[in-house]
Amino acid sequence: MTVHNLYLFDRNGVCLHYSEWHRKKQAGIPKEEEYKLMYGMLFSIRSFVSKMSPLDMKDGFLAFQTSRYKLHYYETPTGIKVVMNTDLGVGPIRDVLHHIYSALYVELVVKNPLCPLGQTVQSELFRSRLDSYVRSLPFFSARAG
Amino acid sequence: MSRQANRGTESKKMSSELFTLTYGALVTQLCKDYENDEDVNKQLDKILFSHFLPRGYNIGVRLIEDFLARSNVGRCHDFRETADVIAKVAFKMYLGITPSVTNWSPAGDEFSLILENNPLVDFVELPDNHSSLIYSNLLCGVLRGALEMVQMAVEAKFVQDTLKGDGVTEIRMRFIRRIEDNLPAGEE
Repeated sequence: MTVHNLYLFDRNGVCLHYSEWHRKKQAGIPKEEEYKLMYGMLFSIRSFVSKMSPLDMKDGFLAFQTSRYKLHYYETPTGIKVVMNTDLGVGPIRDVLHHIYSALYVELVVKNPLCPLGQTVQSELFRSRLDSYVRSLPFFSARAG
Repeated sequence: MSRQANRGTESKKMSSELFTLTYGALVTQLCKDYENDEDVNKQLDKILFSHFLPRGYNIGVRLIEDFLARSNVGRCHDFRETADVIAKVAFKMYLGITPSVTNWSPAGDEFSLILENNPLVDFVELPDNHSSLIYSNLLCGVLRGALEMVQMAVEAKFVQDTLKGDGVTEIRMRFIRRIEDNLPAGEE
């Protein structure tokens, strides 16, 4: 099992943070373009899912998988979106994504008055804590670095 | 949830007197910095475009994230539920009081928060030359900022204030509209 990469978006579609771990193949387009495509896809899938829902939706869209990877999605009522791509062996990781939001993003970015909101996170502390948290996850593979 | 998460979301205890006095110092400083009470009221409530001076609105914008991280409250279905969450969860969490929610307008878009006692004004008496100062106006800015982040535009204002001789403190909240999510420009 392994973690490929992670995106953090705000409600306006700004990519606040991106990091990757085991990502062997790149999309072949500029990163900015990739963030936009990712956000656009999430935006559409979200509204599609809520339109098609036979009952009132609670959490909405949670994850999808292809034959190669699984995309996990977590959104707060304020529109912060945490997106993590993993391989197929990883089960539901809502609590992990919630932890990234509540214990890392809120604690280290939102509560830091020197970190302006709504733009790429510059905090080195946030980056390194996030990195070590993800590396410590049970489904983060120990081999390759 | 891991151990670290619990530590991060635990509420930290702090002296309420220190808090009250610190807030008093903030208001006093603003009174010194600005000529008249109207400007102070605005400063307490308003958007300041500096990250270093987060008051009212700017506090709300950030506080809502902390609130969501700690409370696990999901999205509210209607304004009544929002009112309940504000009174019973948010005020309890940050000020240690539970205001009552009353005086609903017939259309259900306006209500009042009645604060029996307001911890911000524990040691406060308004001097005569500051009769139009809305001492706790910061709360309105916080409410406005926080709700705006969860797609609700509201208006909040004090209609009664114990500092002005009223029996209770009353904040009137009015729902203006839902803010719809927009696709960023150039992506449609």
